[in-house]
Amino acid sequence: MHSLSLHVNGESRTVELRDSNEPLLYVLRNALRLTGAKYGCGLGQCGACTVVIDGEAERSCRIPASKAVGKTILTIEGLGSPDNPHPLQAAFIAEQAAQCGYCAAGMVMAGAAALARKPDLTRDEAKAALAGNLCRCGTHERILRAMARASTRTA
Amino acid sequence: MSAAVVSRRAFLTGAGALVVGFTVPSTAFAQRLPRADAALGKTVDVGEVDGFIAVNADGSVTIFSGKVDLGQGLRIAIPQMAAEELGVGIEDIRMLEGDTALTPDQGATGGSSGVMRGGVQIRQAAATAREALIALASARIGKPASELDIVDGEVRPKAGGNGIRIADLVGERRFNLKVDAKAKLRDPASYRVVGKPIARPDIPAKVTGRHPYVHDLVVDGMLHGRVVRPPAVGASLVSVDDASVQSIPGVRIVRIKDFLAVVAADEWDAISAARLLSARWSESSALLGSDGVRSWMKRGPFEGDETLVKKGDATKALVDAKKVSAEFYWPVQSHASLGPSCAVADVRDGKATVWSASQATHRFRETIAKALAMPRDAVRIVYLDGAGCYGMNGHDDAAADAALLSKAVGRPVRVQWSRQDEHGFDPKAPPQLLALEGSVTDDGRIDAWRTQMWIPKATASLPNMPLLAIDAAGIAQTPGITMGLISQNGDPPYAAPHQEVVVHWLQGAPLRPSNFRAPGKVANCFAVESFTDMLAAAAQRDPVEFRLRGLTDPRGIDVIRRAAALIKWQPRDGGAPRTSGSGRGFAYIHYKHNESYVAIAMDVDVDKSTGAIRVRRVACAHDCGLVINPAALTAQIEGNILQTLSRTLMEEVAFDRSRVTSVDWASYPILRFPEAPEVLVDIIDRPREPPLGAGEAAATPVPAALANAVFDAVGVRLTSVPFTRDRVRAALG
Repeated sequence: MHSLSLHVNGESRTVELRDSNEPLLYVLRNALRLTGAKYGCGLGQCGACTVVIDGEAERSCRIPASKAVGKTILTIEGLGSPDNPHPLQAAFIAEQAAQCGYCAAGMVMAGAAALARKPDLTRDEAKAALAGNLCRCGTHERILRAMARASTRTA
Repeated sequence: MSAAVVSRRAFLTGAGALVVGFTVPSTAFAQRLPRADAALGKTVDVGEVDGFIAVNADGSVTIFSGKVDLGQGLRIAIPQMAAEELGVGIEDIRMLEGDTALTPDQGATGGSSGVMRGGVQIRQAAATAREALIALASARIGKPASELDIVDGEVRPKAGGNGIRIADLVGERRFNLKVDAKAKLRDPASYRVVGKPIARPDIPAKVTGRHPYVHDLVVDGMLHGRVVRPPAVGASLVSVDDASVQSIPGVRIVRIKDFLAVVAADEWDAISAARLLSARWSESSALLGSDGVRSWMKRGPFEGDETLVKKGDATKALVDAKKVSAEFYWPVQSHASLGPSCAVADVRDGKATVWSASQATHRFRETIAKALAMPRDAVRIVYLDGAGCYGMNGHDDAAADAALLSKAVGRPVRVQWSRQDEHGFDPKAPPQLLALEGSVTDDGRIDAWRTQMWIPKATASLPNMPLLAIDAAGIAQTPGITMGLISQNGDPPYAAPHQEVVVHWLQGAPLRPSNFRAPGKVANCFAVESFTDMLAAAAQRDPVEFRLRGLTDPRGIDVIRRAAALIKWQPRDGGAPRTSGSGRGFAYIHYKHNESYVAIAMDVDVDKSTGAIRVRRVACAHDCGLVINPAALTAQIEGNILQTLSRTLMEEVAFDRSRVTSVDWASYPILRFPEAPEVLVDIIDRPREPPLGAGEAAATPVPAALANAVFDAVGVRLTSVPFTRDRVRAALG
């Protein structure tokens, strides 16, 4: 067993893994019970598993847990809560920007990372920032409105 | 094996005390609502008020809905309908969905029936309850029922004065009352809750990672299962090398005939073992291959022909006419749900509980009971949200996987499919081929119209789509195929004295089919409305004017005029395409000829050198009668439009003689943000009309509006989906 220490949502968490190459996604979801990040493809193609690592939106399905040691991991649960949402989460709620919502956590994390880098994203910049995140329900228009709303607020 | 060493944080959301990262004891049944199982034992009869409604001691009301929220907003729309009729604040309503032990069988959540039938049924129960509550209060207060109403959960004199809380009248007790079909509904003019854009209750939890999906459920003692599907559709399992997974401790291999799976305590161990497991399968090459589908559709074998519409004499009228004709092809497509299908099952001690994103828990209970050889009453199916489903994807299959595995190992088992299995094995939207012929009169109206369709024939009275696991395990199930009513809307909504619609019913389907959003009608409207544009061009008429000339239904005329106004339609004299590289297209449907009315216009740019189509803007006018929640409705319309643009521009399942080969998002791409157009929606609310479905109708005019816009932009007509760059370049010559 490999004992790994991960820095997640401001806390130090220790996990015991048989395989230190277990993707971070499964460690978050099962060992740490942080189930906001979702398995979508395991291929880094859809963005449902997106978390922010050292400020960058990353695909947790493609990152071995061992490679996340020593880094700062932020998941959707650490970004905000229904009672105390991050401005982008508040914007998603205001725009009702989810249907099934399976992609929502990844969308919010990718969007939040982009807004942290550039708080006043244009519509085209927001589209580019979310280009790697798929939505099957067709919520794109609302998510773009949420990005615009949060962009204005944090500008 | 992974395990948390530090204590786990408890996540409780503020929204309705939903417990997240939720674990349930194996002895109890999980529910999304706290204390939901307190209602166990109550009736689930659709004819009983108690089937649908319970007034709790604290004044809150629980609605038991057989229809479920798949992301479409029923979780707010149905409570709004119930709150309105009862006279209770929306914040006091909780809704429980799709639990065979607690909710009535209202049929599958499909065919745009959620509000139109499910919500309407619950509304009638609520109206019945209101009348009963007022009658009870009337006796207590000593005022006639006609002078009382329920407001904010209290029966009060309309003239003012003290009231009685409904909780004090029936709280925690049952109504013991049949739903009265004659119970009077409130006057729409008095609506306080219906028609308001009330926020959906699940969105805060969804965008903060707290929403409980079936994927997130943990049951005490639960194991993780992964099914190893055959490398070729129809292959049988020859042998399994048990030693191949020895490097992972604690893995159990389950083999039931051709059903092969691994089970482990840890999810990553199960995934790793499924990848490592070495098995020999027989060869199988029984599929048509995607390149062979179109020729198969003309070749058969056929079940027979059926004439669906016959008016006048189309054959004769088309003989001498200056005939227009075209053939339209819609390929096999995948539901391509964003989250691979998942379920948890606990089959022990002669009882089974299955947590599933099934659209039809009651019907599915029969299937699971039969597969497990258990009496129906020993099986409980509990709906939990899955990733969006737009018809029947793999959710029932995953539930059958989990049920067989749980029965085999005697512990609760969670199964989630891989992306490759979801794309490879989800049931598919069937292909469709249509040939249209028509003619116009000298004064620019449709004279004759003939549609021929080549489509798979559904098996009559099929109880359930045959499921992979049940089939592989050699357990008897009724064979056949099902895919919804795919022959509707093959005739034009416009006046045409001579009309004929003939279906050539094919035997079987290229890949296992199922219902996919607006089954068949997306392709049929693509053909009918593309062809309508071709007839308009033949008549040298503006496409919008040509449509209006053929209609007398005022609601149809209204949506056409409003969509045209929304996009600022400029009439094209003579109907000729502009061929400037930028184009505008229009399409219309009266869904099933008796449901919602939708008109869509869109602006596109076509790059003639690359063949790339860029959709800039889509405008939609939508009339589904009484609007329950305009915000949730708009989201449904936007979703219909964007998803169908994706299907039209990009999607076709690729398969060879043995297997599906488009098994990820690179080989089966869908619409991405850079391709997402601006979407404008104009909702026409008709409070005096019945509420109609909105989950499907707006999907159907999208492909034709797009094809018609491309025709306007570059003067070529695209008749085969998807409209890939290669196809556009080939059409441009």
